[in-house]
Amino acid sequence: MTQDSSSTANAVQVADLSVDLGGRLVLRGVDLQIHQGEVVAVLGTNGSGKSTLIKTIVGLLPAARGEVKLFGTPVPRFRQWQRIGYVPQRITAAGGVPATVQEVVSSGLLSKRRLFRPLKAADRAAVEEALEIVDMADRRKDGVAELSGGQQQRVLIARALVSDPDLLILDEPTAGVDLASQGIFAEAIRERVARGTTVVMVSHDLGPMDALIDRSVVLRRGRIVYDGLPHASQTHAHVHPHGSADDEAGWLS
Amino acid sequence: MTMFELEFMQRALIAGLLTGLSAPAIGTYLVQRRLSLMGDGIGHIAITGVALGLLTGTAPVLTAVLVAIAGATAIELVRARGKASGDVALALLFYGGIAGGVLLIGLAGQGAATLNTYLFGSLTTVSPSDLYVVVGLAVTVLVVAIGLGPQLFAVCQDEEFARVTGLRVQLLNLLIAVMAAVTVTVAMRTVGLLLVSALMVVPVATAQQFTRSFRTTFMTACAIGVTACLAGIITSYNANVAPGATIVVLALGGFVVAAIAGTLVRRRRGVLAPLADEEPEIGVPEPAPHVVSTTHQHAHDKKCGHPAVEHGDHVDYVHDGHLHAAHGDHWDEH
Repeated sequence: MTQDSSSTANAVQVADLSVDLGGRLVLRGVDLQIHQGEVVAVLGTNGSGKSTLIKTIVGLLPAARGEVKLFGTPVPRFRQWQRIGYVPQRITAAGGVPATVQEVVSSGLLSKRRLFRPLKAADRAAVEEALEIVDMADRRKDGVAELSGGQQQRVLIARALVSDPDLLILDEPTAGVDLASQGIFAEAIRERVARGTTVVMVSHDLGPMDALIDRSVVLRRGRIVYDGLPHASQTHAHVHPHGSADDEAGWLS
Repeated sequence: MTMFELEFMQRALIAGLLTGLSAPAIGTYLVQRRLSLMGDGIGHIAITGVALGLLTGTAPVLTAVLVAIAGATAIELVRARGKASGDVALALLFYGGIAGGVLLIGLAGQGAATLNTYLFGSLTTVSPSDLYVVVGLAVTVLVVAIGLGPQLFAVCQDEEFARVTGLRVQLLNLLIAVMAAVTVTVAMRTVGLLLVSALMVVPVATAQQFTRSFRTTFMTACAIGVTACLAGIITSYNANVAPGATIVVLALGGFVVAAIAGTLVRRRRGVLAPLADEEPEIGVPEPAPHVVSTTHQHAHDKKCGHPAVEHGDHVDYVHDGHLHAAHGDHWDEH
């Protein structure tokens, strides 16, 4: 890690976190510090608790014990939500009523918008830029329901990027996404990482994003069983090339 | 004297106009949240509210709006706490509302005729004081539905994401429920409590046949709602039938026409512009090289004596140390 952890607050600080879902302990005593600028992959099998960890970090699930701090503030009191870009695990970006790509991405700006105010020109430009990053600018007027699964995921990424977040949290962004879209993701994430954004992503299969990761955390049955360089771990069938973290260090410096 | 000079018709038309605007406006959010039947549940609860008003001698509009808000809040809390799923919560209130209403109306000594005017609407029941309440409530609903549009859209589109942007999701959900309750009461006089939900859902479903964006769906649904309401009220006057039924039948007729036209338009578009090429396929393995067995003169079948081997979707035959598979009129080496 090239970041000096003493000079900056941790982007994410998880201390002795236990989470209870319907009477079942899904996370047990998890400790995790993520420094600003780090790119962390959270790995593990189904039911290992990785999605629960992510949802607790963004405040969607309450902690039964322990606490989560975002940029030094405990989550229940955290108010700077525009610093967080969240990509939930979704099969589709569509709701019960048609909505265009532009409309869905605009909802990513709500943490900055005041009530009863129209969209400003700067907001429109931000939406446009986010759509450019995921290569969807030409589909801005199309309904999200008409897009392919990979394109819908790209819309969700753009929605998270539009507020220019300092911390990007992605829950299974590549699940069921074609390789072309995964490549575009990886490029979008790479660009954010170059700007110093902290990235935390949950994934079964990192695909083209593999090269960006400089740390992996492996969960099993609600506990962290590995935390360190992204070398081959039990959940991976393949072996990462050694030294990939060093190759990518340039993005952080 | 034409019907437009009759005072009760003027009031009915104003109430109809506002109902036609506010019901689809809030209905769009309900449909987006996939809670289309919420208006129906609230309508049933409001029957108890009306009965309570008749029993105690207070204005039924007032008691209906209070009971409807209480019921809508209950639905939302039960749903949010996850104690019962949204549809079960709705079902419980459906039955409780209608049973309580009929019971209380019986106690109040009112007959089925009075109840009918609230269940299916009635042109003559909109009193001047009712009209003020209806106008006030409808304008409030419209201001909230349009003014808080971006926030309500985000909450209905993706609740979890909305929470992570820092929106007060529970409060906004409650606001939608309360607005739905208010709309039900607004619509009670023209469409009636049993059919109000149709006016929330049918115009939205009709608009969706042609629209791509949320904003145009919202506006088209409101336009359809107003048209159906005004046309329904005028028809109802001329044919002397309940306005609620007329409005809903007209709205449904519009939906059927739109659904057929929409299907035809989409099919035509599909024929003229076939699906654009999806992303190029990367990582799909090349098909194995196609090697034709040149010298093969022998046709394999089940009885040829060569061992048969299942190979994916076909059968290979072992022949002199090679695998042969049928391919059109020749045999491939596998």
